[in-house]
Amino acid sequence: MLFLRRPIFFALTLLCVVGLFHLAGCGGSSNYRTLSNVSYDPTRELYSSYNKLFVKHWKETKGEDVEIVQAHGGSGDQAKKVVNGLEADVVTLALAYDIDAIGEQAQGTLKPEWQKQFPNNNCPYVSTIVFLVRKGNPKNIRDWDDLIREDVGIITPNPKTSGGARWNYLAAWAYALKKELGGSFDALKDSARAAEVEVANQKAFDFVKAVHENAVEMPAGARGATNLFVRNGEGDVLLAWENEALLTVVGQKNDEFEIVVPSISIVAEPPVAIVDSTVDKKGTRDLAEAYLNYLYSPEAQKLVADNFYRPSNADALAAHAEWFPNLELVKIDDIFGGWKKVQKEHFAEGGIYDKMGLSTR
Amino acid sequence: MIEFKQRSVLPGFGLTMGLTLVYLSLLVLIPFSGLILKVSGMSWTDYWATITSPSVLASFRLTFGASFIAALINAFFGFIVAWTLVRYHFPFRRVADAMVDLPFAMPTAVSGIALLTLYQKIGDVIGYRIIFTRVGLLIALTFIGLPFVVRTLQPAIEDVERELEEVAASLGANRWKTFWRVIFPAVSPALITGFAMAFARALGEYGSVIFIAGSKAGQRIVSLEIVEKLNENSPEGDMRAVAIAVTMLGASFLLLLCINLVQTWMNRRYADE
Repeated sequence: MLFLRRPIFFALTLLCVVGLFHLAGCGGSSNYRTLSNVSYDPTRELYSSYNKLFVKHWKETKGEDVEIVQAHGGSGDQAKKVVNGLEADVVTLALAYDIDAIGEQAQGTLKPEWQKQFPNNNCPYVSTIVFLVRKGNPKNIRDWDDLIREDVGIITPNPKTSGGARWNYLAAWAYALKKELGGSFDALKDSARAAEVEVANQKAFDFVKAVHENAVEMPAGARGATNLFVRNGEGDVLLAWENEALLTVVGQKNDEFEIVVPSISIVAEPPVAIVDSTVDKKGTRDLAEAYLNYLYSPEAQKLVADNFYRPSNADALAAHAEWFPNLELVKIDDIFGGWKKVQKEHFAEGGIYDKMGLSTR
Repeated sequence: MIEFKQRSVLPGFGLTMGLTLVYLSLLVLIPFSGLILKVSGMSWTDYWATITSPSVLASFRLTFGASFIAALINAFFGFIVAWTLVRYHFPFRRVADAMVDLPFAMPTAVSGIALLTLYQKIGDVIGYRIIFTRVGLLIALTFIGLPFVVRTLQPAIEDVERELEEVAASLGANRWKTFWRVIFPAVSPALITGFAMAFARALGEYGSVIFIAGSKAGQRIVSLEIVEKLNENSPEGDMRAVAIAVTMLGASFLLLLCINLVQTWMNRRYADE
């Protein structure tokens, strides 16, 4: 460090650094109440516009100026930060497990029954998993079966760290399971057919393993995966959140890519929740409740659809029917018995995903 | 018996020694002991299972291997760069000299993005994928290690007395022999220091390599392996991350200790000659 050898430059650098700290310290203070929304990667655009809508709505109805602070990152990573003390009035994460984990690891943050506080299990919007391919679909990828072809390279995030990747994994599993069970999930409810289900699950294991063996790269989060596929040109197909795929193709008017809708997929349910300990300490419970409730209002639901999430409001969904095609959508609770079970069986250390032995390759 | 208090013309031994110990403890010792304290809550079987899992073992091999090779490359080319900068005068020498510091002064994330974009383009042109492969990793680690070798070698090369070379030449040594028997032994302790610093930096590097390093299990560097465990978002995952970190710490410490011993030994040998 040549410039540090000269005392005068060193002193000047030090002065600049000290000055910057002061500037940053003064800029941050304000008199209104703030609400911090800790969210996951692909909701940046949605919450940027929703926050504006809500601030206006709150000002009109209550006459109070509020400031909403949003933070984004990988869903699991964000949950960990909240556990470690990142201030969050509300969390809006990729899957219920991450919110459950906050409640379990940090005392008093969330009630165990948090998912009953708002309609639709606290999910004001849902999405699903689709395929994003390059223009003209050069590898002719139509459905899940095509993903295990030798000539196909896949981009999907790491299921150990990414919520989106876990949805991808489960959607692939559901496809294989249904196929092995003869085109219907009825056997799952019939205890007499347990042996048949077990064989089918074994086949599904092989299928999902084959899909992941075709992965070219496995970045830690969904946004990283999208960037890798879109900007760095890696892989032939991206397993993506429908909202990420629509954002790329429609939102950014990028005609280099096309969306392929598979025959079956999973309802990806990203829930929202109030962090009790924070809102009680800050006195923002009324604000936080209104913030999340307003997500279900017709105006917000329209915004949700405009940002490529499937709204729970039927009218808002119908207004953009061309973006949200009808396909068979399964629910994690019906097929896999809910997130807690899935997390423990599939993604925990030594679980089914680890048994695929992908790390030895 | 160790004589702790030494009489010296300079006052203040007690004060400076005390400050040194406090400073080192606060900055270095306490965080490390925190890590070790945390990992001591883990059972041996869990610890062993964590650090011998295939993806973690692969990450150790990759990180140590790539860092070592990158440091070797830097030792070779860094020597040439340092030699050229010290011994020859050419236009824009000061500019070239300042450029050596760039990998050091640039925010690592910026160099990471720059390397990623550049080598992606190069890969497209030559039809061989560089990014996300070992080659890309090696390039990034070499990039960040260069200043360490050059900056430690420069003063050592400046110190080599030209008279010695002239004596060697007048006694009949050819250029090659002069280099190997006179110059190289004189600068080799500095070369090893530079190598060790470049190696240590590469082992711990995060910012500039995460963009260009592979992300799949078995192709991740240790830092990414640790981040993966942390992102699992469970207390057990945290434990595993700490277990890997402590192992990495221990292994790096041992390696650098070995390098230091070699250096002391070489210093002594050179002093004897």
